[in-house]
Amino acid sequence: MTKTPSLLRSLDYSVLQQCMHCGLCLPTCPTYLETRNERNSPRGRISLMRAIADGELAATRGFADEMSYCLGCLACTTACPAGVDYGTLFEAGRAEAERSGVHSGPARSLVRFLTLRFLLFRPWALRLAGRLLWLYEASGLRGLLRRCGFFAVLPKRMGELESQAFPVRRRFSDAIIAPIERPRGEVRHRVAVLTGCIQDIAFSDVNRATVDVLLANGCEVETPRAQSCCGSLHVHNGDLETARALARRQLDALDPGSYDAIISNSAGCGSHLKRYGHLLADEPAYAARAAAWSSKVRDISEWLVEIGFRPPAPPRSGAPPLAVTYHEACHLCHGQKITSQPREILRSIPGVELRECPEATMCCGSAGVYSITQPETATWLRDRKLRHIRSTQALVVATANPGCQLHIQRGLKLQGGQLGPPLRVVHPIVLLAEAYRE
Amino acid sequence: MIDELIVLLGKAGVLVEREDLIPYSFDATAALRHAPRVVVFPRTAAEVSAVLRVARRHKAPVVARGSGTGLSGGSVPVEGAVVLCLVKMDRIIELDARNFTLRAQAGVLTQAVYDAADAAGLFYPPDPGSMRVSTIGGNVAENSGGLRGLKYGVTRDYVMGLEVVLADGEVCRLGGKCVKDVAGYSLKDLFVGSEGTLGIVTEVLLRLVPRPAARQTLLATYARMDAAAETVSAIIAEGIVPCTLEFLDSRTIRCVEDYAHVGLPVGAEALLLIEVDGHPAAVADDAARIRALCERHGATAVRLAADSAEAARLATARRSAFSALARMRPTTILEDATVPRSELARMIRFIQETGARHRLEIATFGHFGDGNLHPTFLTDERDADEMRRIEAAMREIFEHALSLGGTITGEHGVGLAKKGFLRQQFGDASYGLLKAVKRALDPENLLNPGKIFDP
Repeated sequence: MTKTPSLLRSLDYSVLQQCMHCGLCLPTCPTYLETRNERNSPRGRISLMRAIADGELAATRGFADEMSYCLGCLACTTACPAGVDYGTLFEAGRAEAERSGVHSGPARSLVRFLTLRFLLFRPWALRLAGRLLWLYEASGLRGLLRRCGFFAVLPKRMGELESQAFPVRRRFSDAIIAPIERPRGEVRHRVAVLTGCIQDIAFSDVNRATVDVLLANGCEVETPRAQSCCGSLHVHNGDLETARALARRQLDALDPGSYDAIISNSAGCGSHLKRYGHLLADEPAYAARAAAWSSKVRDISEWLVEIGFRPPAPPRSGAPPLAVTYHEACHLCHGQKITSQPREILRSIPGVELRECPEATMCCGSAGVYSITQPETATWLRDRKLRHIRSTQALVVATANPGCQLHIQRGLKLQGGQLGPPLRVVHPIVLLAEAYRE
Repeated sequence: MIDELIVLLGKAGVLVEREDLIPYSFDATAALRHAPRVVVFPRTAAEVSAVLRVARRHKAPVVARGSGTGLSGGSVPVEGAVVLCLVKMDRIIELDARNFTLRAQAGVLTQAVYDAADAAGLFYPPDPGSMRVSTIGGNVAENSGGLRGLKYGVTRDYVMGLEVVLADGEVCRLGGKCVKDVAGYSLKDLFVGSEGTLGIVTEVLLRLVPRPAARQTLLATYARMDAAAETVSAIIAEGIVPCTLEFLDSRTIRCVEDYAHVGLPVGAEALLLIEVDGHPAAVADDAARIRALCERHGATAVRLAADSAEAARLATARRSAFSALARMRPTTILEDATVPRSELARMIRFIQETGARHRLEIATFGHFGDGNLHPTFLTDERDADEMRRIEAAMREIFEHALSLGGTITGEHGVGLAKKGFLRQQFGDASYGLLKAVKRALDPENLLNPGKIFDP
């Protein structure tokens, strides 16, 4: 990576000073909960960043480890009365860790290049990879390799990585969503739908459901072809430069002025999409457009409640009762402070009994690529989450982020049938779309 | 010394790397920082005792620490300090429903104590603002107060017994479950509020009370601060003892609302948050009388919390006041000068005048019912001139509080922040007594040295 000036030293110091170390963040921080070591807490991490900004500490390996250990779940920002912008600090901290190069090695650099700068930079490449992943599974190759013990002879890390490969849809979003779809009745709103990366190849059904629900509520829906990655994985992994390039490309392709809202259904993407204004604030050619963009981005649940969505009619035969629990994706509840809207949607569905999950706002451990970079903590958090989910005795887990959905699904699969009946993990919008269909 | 500590506690229980130590160089007090030499995490009183013996052999000072939420620098490390962090001693040992007591290790969170009591239909009243984070051991060491002081008193009023490790490593058990117990000196009381200078509290035996059957919360809005103060005097004069009687000024109201979104009247000059608890009939009666008193004394609006959830939201919002004020300026310095209730209005006026005279931004909130105020300076620690003016203003405020028969600290402790003012409050004879006690219990001055007073 090219040497840019220290991000923590050039950062507005008042962002660091905003933390008055009262410690009210501690009980909400998953990593502090795991170790009870201050360094693994928000105020501890901020004190390290401040020490770097003050020139008292270099961006050491210990610092880089710490930034990598932070989930970036932003639970601390919800708990913080002082209004510390930990999101910005986290991004600067991770970028500082990358800049220092203490973690870099040839293999890591290659993986970073392939994922952040190749796969997630070129929509066609990601879809091609998705296609290959699908073939790998569908052709039976994966099952064959598994049966003959191939993964057992791989180095442990590679075997673990393989197990993270996720099920891919046969058809991606552009095959099941037309570029422009119009509602049957009057057009009340014009919106654009962003299909995401993982959402597009693993959960294109969520995108289809999103469009269906929007149509059912009088929205004309434009779904641009060949969308770019929003760049959230890039900022979370310290690559601000590529994130800015992706944001610029997004803004070049889509004029926020043409829509009443730009819809995201993936919490992680939506949270980042709303920060384009912040991300490009210092680029005169883009600042205004980015700010306009940020003001238009809506999570699907947020938008539906804002326009007063139509509750689905109960089916003639009466809806069978369905116990549903809701896991709040961090970047929805903490990143975007959206907590009531998804619940409102779930409650509107005939037959649904919403059962609150204990610690619903605590991270499940997915956190972008955290389940790959910090498998132990990710698994610990997932087990904790599954325990809470099981305690509700619900049969459906609703959650609005593809990372959470995959992570929880994988955890349930690993549990097998030992700890209870099979559970369905689903985006709330899919449940709403199904209810409209009935 | 480090090697010996590792032998005792294992590598995981001893932190020595710079990245590990920097986060232990402060508590919640503004502008006080010093990195420790090492941080250790004992799990038993025996381990605490062993650590103290090692430290003593090496003449290393020992600073006890819970969650680091103190507001007077009590747990800020001193030069070369071994920080004894007790958060991993977090077991509730026993809840005795027949004697209404709870025994817990020092690192148990205050909130967990409250929750455990609540689950048994009992009540642990002391509720410092940081109760969701603070440890019970830290509360005992600082004799923490909270919102319910007026009716229920402070931490000291609930400590029935302690397990304390002395400077030489001896483990003492003091007090017990008897309500009446006059055997010997009440030594446990010596350690309550001792700020880690006399011994390390490792276990506490707490008194619980029955949970009040009903609670009601009222929110009264005022256009004039004086009207709020008059209301408080009137409530007390009527013989009503609310469980909390909190005051927020206009700046505090704005900041808290900005964070908590609980519908506080932004734009009001002053706000009283009042809670009454007890028998349902008495609560209803008290609430009605308080409401009438508020209206008679110039409240522009009085709102009743709809249910316990709303009441809890309001109390939580109030507890965030100090932190929420940090939204205004880079540095937030919180004080807790306290005066007898009758002198409250005069004290607040003095604070306002002093702030204006020194061109300072001061927000004030606090516990009106018990005279415990929190004038909060909103400033920037990098502005040397402003910091000097704050120091001058603070001195005047403390002197005025003392002249009204008050104290320099109602609930935060002396620590580093206020030790310069203690002698004035104590007078020579009592100040000497403080030191004599310290010398008797910690002759080598190894326990949190330099806190409260210099030897």
